[in-house]
Amino acid sequence: MKKGKSKKGKYILTVAFTCLGFAIAILVNLLFPQISENVNFAKYNVGAFELDGNGLLRIVLLALIAGYAVFGIIDYHDEARRAAYINKASFRFVMGLLIGLLDITGTKLKVLPQPFFPGPAEILSPFLEEFDFILTNTFYSLRLYFFGFLFGVLLGVGTGILVGWFDRVYYWVYPVLKITGVIPAVAWMPFALTLFPTPFISAVFLIVICAWFPIASLTAAGIQSTPKAQYEAARILGGNAVYQLFHVAIPHAMPQIFTGISTANAFAFTTLVMAEMLGQPGGLGYYINLSKVWSAYYKVFAAILIMAILFSAILKLIGRLQDHVLRWQRGIVK
Amino acid sequence: MSESVLTIENVNRLYDDGERQVEALKDVNLELKRGEFVSIIGASGCGKTTLLRLIAGLDKINTGSIVFNGEPVKEPNYKRGYIFQQHNLFPWLTVEQNVAAGLKARHVFKKNKDKIQKYIDLVGVTGFEKSYPHQLSGGMSQRVAIARALINEPELLVLDEPMGALDSFTRADIQDKLLEIRAEKNLTMLLVTHDVDEAIYMSDRIVIMTPRPGKISEIIDVNIPHPRNRGGAEFLALRRSLLDRFDLANAHPEPEYMI
Repeated sequence: MKKGKSKKGKYILTVAFTCLGFAIAILVNLLFPQISENVNFAKYNVGAFELDGNGLLRIVLLALIAGYAVFGIIDYHDEARRAAYINKASFRFVMGLLIGLLDITGTKLKVLPQPFFPGPAEILSPFLEEFDFILTNTFYSLRLYFFGFLFGVLLGVGTGILVGWFDRVYYWVYPVLKITGVIPAVAWMPFALTLFPTPFISAVFLIVICAWFPIASLTAAGIQSTPKAQYEAARILGGNAVYQLFHVAIPHAMPQIFTGISTANAFAFTTLVMAEMLGQPGGLGYYINLSKVWSAYYKVFAAILIMAILFSAILKLIGRLQDHVLRWQRGIVK
Repeated sequence: MSESVLTIENVNRLYDDGERQVEALKDVNLELKRGEFVSIIGASGCGKTTLLRLIAGLDKINTGSIVFNGEPVKEPNYKRGYIFQQHNLFPWLTVEQNVAAGLKARHVFKKNKDKIQKYIDLVGVTGFEKSYPHQLSGGMSQRVAIARALINEPELLVLDEPMGALDSFTRADIQDKLLEIRAEKNLTMLLVTHDVDEAIYMSDRIVIMTPRPGKISEIIDVNIPHPRNRGGAEFLALRRSLLDRFDLANAHPEPEYMI
């Protein structure tokens, strides 16, 4: 009993340690004097409150503290998650300290080269200044990504299955795939912008193209590497060609299809932002470009922050889907 | 023991090994009666597996004919079940999904759903329905493979050394299970094996094949009543005589079978 209690006590200390870094960042923001005079925090009305960048930073830090405290309590009851939480404690603590340090060097003292390295409070202030505009652009990016990637995956898997399954299609399509696939999708941009009726469709086209190649070639490879013995097992059981394709070849190719999807996803993010920077009426890339023109680097950072969060979330989602579809591999592949 | 299930007549099979044509099978004749258990033994390269693949319809005959239930064999058919050397289960399907694969393949899944559990119980893998093949031992996997073949209710079950990779206890277990199933369903079974004891323990007849060219050299009736005692006098006498035959019949300088 006593041992359990001391373990629990130690864990509470770990949770406190995790949150301490962010708490220090709050104290730094509150107590460290604003020495540089090159900063001007405008106040904005958010609901009933009046808020500036510093206020938002403190709220975000408080939210992080609350979040890590709540997750700390939840994770306590699961041994693996508890171990992971303990493992990450030092990193999170240092993250908090780092935010405080950036606050001092970027905003309070402005010793970093300006205006390229604003402090965290300044990076957050665009969310007060033009939240709706950022939101609109984020949704534009999301919509572009969604349609582009969805059609890219469908087209890629479809092409890959045909190329992998039918020798004739392989003969005629695979060389084309090999040659056009290595061309970065953005190279097609001049054509895309002139050939398609709207910039949105032309950007979707570019993302489809960039996702198509890795998915198609890996799907084809997965289908072609299906062992003959597994087809034979299916034939013996009474499975016709359609059964062999959908119940043997495609499931066998599934791990490689997901490898293709992950690769394509990285390409899609790049193409998405490039396309937006070079000729879209909206999106996070467009927002970055627009802000750069006005030397508003704190807005560039704000957009980068959203990308980091958004793209990580998308990766995580795909990872979850992959874990579910490939659950039969659990224990074979680490 | 009268009706003929499978008739093999003057079957020849050639294959190209890149330089010349090899006679994998030469003038093979064999008839299987319903409910019969026949084993094929012989040295490596005598065409045992080739013959099984022809019977299954996985490969094509060059000359001669194989007739199953009055119809010449052209394609694989679920009425001729096949157990592979390696279990060959689908790794992305659970045990019960693997067992159900034949029903799905033949589009009769809905009607026969309740059979799945029956066959899982029959081969003795109850409790592992939701496991994936890589979580199972070799013996368990081979049991699942047997259930997967049996759910199609084949009339002939062809077994290509399915117990070769298993330890002797598991092997004895599965041998008894197969004999039990055969008696219950009056199923015809054709087993290729490397194990003389296994052949004697299970078979009504033992076919001995010799290599280069692969052909049947002898067919021996086994008239020992079931259940057979592996240490019984008749059993041991037959075993000795089989092993002697192999020393003579075998083209290899070293005997392939060890006592």
